[in-house]
Amino acid sequence: MPELEAVIGLEIHVQLATKTKMFCGCELSFGDEPNVHTCPICLAHPGVLPVPNEQAIRHALQIGLALGCEIAPWSIFHRKNYFYPDSPKAYQISQYDIPIASNGKLGDIRIHRAHLEEDAAKTIHAGGSGRIHGSDASLVDFNRGGTPLVEIVTEPDLRGGAEAAEWARLLRETVRQLGVSDVNMEEGSLRVDGNVSVRPAGSSELGTKTELKNMNSFRFLQRGIEAELARQRELIESGGQVVQETLHFDPTSGTLTSLRSKEEAHDYRYFPEPDLVPLAPTEEMLREAREALPELPAVRIERYEGLGLAPEVALKLASDPRTAGYFESTVEAADGIEPRVLANWVTGELAAALRQAEVEGGAADSRVSPPALVALIGMVQEKKISHGSGKTVLAAMVTEGGDPAGIVEREGLAQMSDSGELEAIVEKAIADNPAAVEKIREGNGKAIGAIVGAVMKETKGRADGGEVNRIIREKL
Amino acid sequence: MTDIVDLTVLEAHDAKMAGDLSPREHSEAWFEAAAADEINAYLWRNDRAAEAAAIEVEQDWNAPIAVKDIFATEGVPTTAASRILEGYRPPYTATAVRKLIEAGLPILGKTNMDEFAMGSSNENSAYGPVLNPWDRTRVPGGSSGGSAAAVAAGLAPWAIGTDTGGSIRQPAAFCGIVGLKPTYGAISRYGMIAFASSLDQCGPLTRTVSDAALLLAMLQGRDACDSTSVGIDGGISLPDREDLSGLRFGVPAELASDSVDAGVRAVFERTLEKIEGLGGEIAEVSLPSAEHGISAYYVIAPAEASSNLARYDGVRYGMRAGGDGDLIEMYETTRSEGFGTEVKRRIMLGTYALSSGYYEAYYGQAQKVRTRIAGDFSSAFSAVDFVVTPTAPSVAFELGEKTDDPLAMYMNDFFTVPMSLAGIPAISIPAGLAEPEGGGPQLPVGFQIAAPAFAEQKLLDAAFALEQGIGFDDGKVAIPYKSWVENA
Repeated sequence: MPELEAVIGLEIHVQLATKTKMFCGCELSFGDEPNVHTCPICLAHPGVLPVPNEQAIRHALQIGLALGCEIAPWSIFHRKNYFYPDSPKAYQISQYDIPIASNGKLGDIRIHRAHLEEDAAKTIHAGGSGRIHGSDASLVDFNRGGTPLVEIVTEPDLRGGAEAAEWARLLRETVRQLGVSDVNMEEGSLRVDGNVSVRPAGSSELGTKTELKNMNSFRFLQRGIEAELARQRELIESGGQVVQETLHFDPTSGTLTSLRSKEEAHDYRYFPEPDLVPLAPTEEMLREAREALPELPAVRIERYEGLGLAPEVALKLASDPRTAGYFESTVEAADGIEPRVLANWVTGELAAALRQAEVEGGAADSRVSPPALVALIGMVQEKKISHGSGKTVLAAMVTEGGDPAGIVEREGLAQMSDSGELEAIVEKAIADNPAAVEKIREGNGKAIGAIVGAVMKETKGRADGGEVNRIIREKL
Repeated sequence: MTDIVDLTVLEAHDAKMAGDLSPREHSEAWFEAAAADEINAYLWRNDRAAEAAAIEVEQDWNAPIAVKDIFATEGVPTTAASRILEGYRPPYTATAVRKLIEAGLPILGKTNMDEFAMGSSNENSAYGPVLNPWDRTRVPGGSSGGSAAAVAAGLAPWAIGTDTGGSIRQPAAFCGIVGLKPTYGAISRYGMIAFASSLDQCGPLTRTVSDAALLLAMLQGRDACDSTSVGIDGGISLPDREDLSGLRFGVPAELASDSVDAGVRAVFERTLEKIEGLGGEIAEVSLPSAEHGISAYYVIAPAEASSNLARYDGVRYGMRAGGDGDLIEMYETTRSEGFGTEVKRRIMLGTYALSSGYYEAYYGQAQKVRTRIAGDFSSAFSAVDFVVTPTAPSVAFELGEKTDDPLAMYMNDFFTVPMSLAGIPAISIPAGLAEPEGGGPQLPVGFQIAAPAFAEQKLLDAAFALEQGIGFDDGKVAIPYKSWVENA
C-alpha cells in the first residue's frame, strides 16, 4: 500500500474587536454578567431589522487584503436557517455564494475565502452532566450573540498537524498585527476547526474528510489533527473507510468523539437576506484599508531571510513588530556588522539580559539604545572585549543605560593585550592542575577545559578564549 | 355643523383652523366612537384618557389613529393576531408608529388582522374575524381587515396597515375606502412584524386620497434602523389636480381575466369612461409575466415567512408550551399550538421551497419571474403614466365562503400581487358599488392605479382628480361611516 499523505484545510473564526455588535448597537464584552449587553435586535424581538456595523466591514476588508484576497466589489448576506436557542432569530446572517474576500494566500497556504457573519449566543448547560444531554437546565447568555466574525477558509494545502499549527500561529500573528481582533484562543476570539483527510501520496483526489472542532490552543490543534490522521491511516490500512462526520477533540484524554454524521447534517436553507442591501465597499474605504495595513509577518519573514537571518529568528522578530523595529535601527546604525549577528544579539543576549534584570517591555522600551548595542557588538567582534565580558557589559547597560566603552573601562574588562602577562597566568594554571595536564597528554582533549577555566577565573574573563587555548597547547 | 366623526381628517383640520372645533373635542369624539366597536375591528383599544387630553397641544394633523396589530408598540399588546404572541408587550416602538406619536397623533388602538398578515379575508385571526361594516355576514378583506373596517365603520378617522401582496388595497376595496401601498423602501419597516421582508410595506388606509397623502407625508422617509428604506425624494404634499388631461392610463391585456365578476367589471369600465371624461387617455399595455405573479408570490412570500417566523420558538417571549425539559418537543408543541392553519401551511410551503435540491426550481425560478414582472412594468411605464386594474376580482365575499379553498382565497390577490413583486406604488380608491355574484345588497368596488417607483405624488394627484370625478362620497351612497354612530 502506498504511503498515505495528510490533506488538511482550516476554518478559522476571528471575532472582530469592534466597539459594538455586527447588526445592533450593543457593546461587545467578555466576562460580564450574562445578558446585560442585549437589545430587541440581538434578542430577535418581532419586527426588528439588522443594520451592518461599518467598522466590522472595514476590519473584514483589512483581513481580506492582509491575506492577499480579491475584494468583491459587491457581496451579499444570506440567512443560514437552523433552530437552536443560541440563535435567537433561528437564522445566522452570514455570507454564502459571494463573500467579501476570496482567492488569497498567506505563506504557502492558499485562502479560499473570508466572509463576514455574526456569532451565536452562548449556551450553558448547568447541573447534572454539564453537557446538553443530562444537564439540569440549559441557560442562554446573549452577550456574545451578534459579535462580528470573519470566517477564513483555507484550501486543503496543509500536510500535517505541526504544519497546521505553525501556519495558524502565522495567521494569528497577522490578524493580531492588523489590530482588528484580540485573537485569544482561550477566550474564543480565535477559533480553529480542521478538515482532515488522507490520500495515497501523489494522488490529486481528495479523500473523505472529517471536521474537527474544539481545539482551543495551537498545541491541541496539532494533537487533534495528529490523532485524527493516525485514526484515519489505521482505518484505511486495515481495509476500512473514513466516514464523513464532525468530531469533538477532548484534549485531556486525547480522544475524538463523533458530534454528528453527514446524514444528521442540517439543511440550512440559505437564501439572500432580504433585510440587507448588497455590501459594496467604496473606493475610499478600500484605500483607507490598504493604507492602514502594516508590514505583515509573512512579508517581514521573507525580507529578513533575505538579509541572512535564520528562519526561526526571522519568525521571532516578525511576531514582535516593536522588537523588529529595534532590530532594524541596529541595522541602520551598524557599521559593517552583519544583520544576522545583530538579530542574534537582539533576540538572544539582549532578550536574556532584559529577562534577567526583570525589565518590563522589550528591547524597544529598554535603556539600551540601538547605536550603543551596535558599539558593544563591534567591540566583541574586534576582540576588544571577550564575548563573556560583552554579556557583563550588556547587563550593566540594561540597568543603567549609557555607553559600552565607558562601562568596559570602568569595570576593567578590556581584553588583555599583554601576552607576557597572559603567558605567566597560563603557566601558573598548568602548574596548579597536574591531573588535567596528565589527561591531556594521554590524549583527552576535553581536559583542557579545566585549565582554560582557571585562566578565565584569574583574568576575570578578560582573556580571549582562542588565545588562551593556543598558549596552553604551545606550553604542553 | 355635521357630526365630528363625519369629517375627514383634512376637513377636521380646516374646522380646527377656523376655530369651529377644538382639538380636544375632536380627539374625544374619536375615542368615544372607537369604543363602539361591534365588528371586532380592534384587538386592543387605548382607554388612557390622558392621551386623549394630550391632544390639547396644537398640531397640524393630530387626528387619532388606528394601528394594525403588526406594529411593535412599546408596552402595548402586539400579537399580529397570533396565539403565539399572546400577552407579548414589545420593549420598543416601530419607526412608523413613533413618527405618528411624535407628530401628536394619539393611538386609538391596535386593529385586528389575518395572523402574521397571511390572508385575504381577516378570517385567519386567532381572535376571530372582523365583520364587513357594509354587510356583517361578509369579510372586510385582509390582511389589514381591522384597519380598513375601522375606517369604513367610523371607528377611526384613519389607520395604518401593511401590504405584502395586496393587504392594504384589497380590504380598502372591500370596505369602500382608500388604501395606498407605497413604493418598497418609502416607509421604514423597523418594528413592523415581518411576514415577507422583501415585499412588506406600511401604508395608509383613509377615507380620502387627501388624507392618504397627509399620512404618507408623515410616515415616509429614510430610517437608520432599516437599511432598505430610502424615503421619497421631495416628500409629499396635498394633491390638488382637477383633471387628468395629458395622462395615459394603461389597461393590461393579460389581466383582463375571465374570473372578474360582472359587477366589478362594469364598475371598472365605467371608471375608465370617467377617466376619459376627465381628459385622460386609456391605452392597452402588455404585462406578459404578470399572470405568473400569484405563483411566484406564493413561493417567495412563504419562503421568507418560513425564516421570519422561525424566531417564535418559545425561548425568549410569547407563548411556550410542552417539552417537559426536552427542547425539540418544546419547539414543536409551542409552534403547533401557537400558529394557525394558514400560517403553518405557508411555513411548510416556504421551508420546502428553500430546501436543498428544490431551491432553484422554486425560489430561484420565482425570483426570475419577479425580475420579469418588474421589467414588464418598466416597459409599460415607458408608454403610459399609470397601469390600472380592478383591485380585486369580486366584491366582499361571505364569511366562511373560501376558508376551505386556499387557492380560491389566493386568487383574490391576482391584481395586487404584481405591483408588490415589482416594488411599485399602487392605490385603491372606491369606484362604485356592485351586486355580489350570488345577489344581495350592493357592495363597494375598488379601482387600482399603479405608478412607477417613488412616483407617489403623481399617483396621489391623479387619484385625487379621479376621486372627485367619481364622487363616491357625495351623499348618494349610504357609506357606513356616515351613519355608523347613530345606527350602532
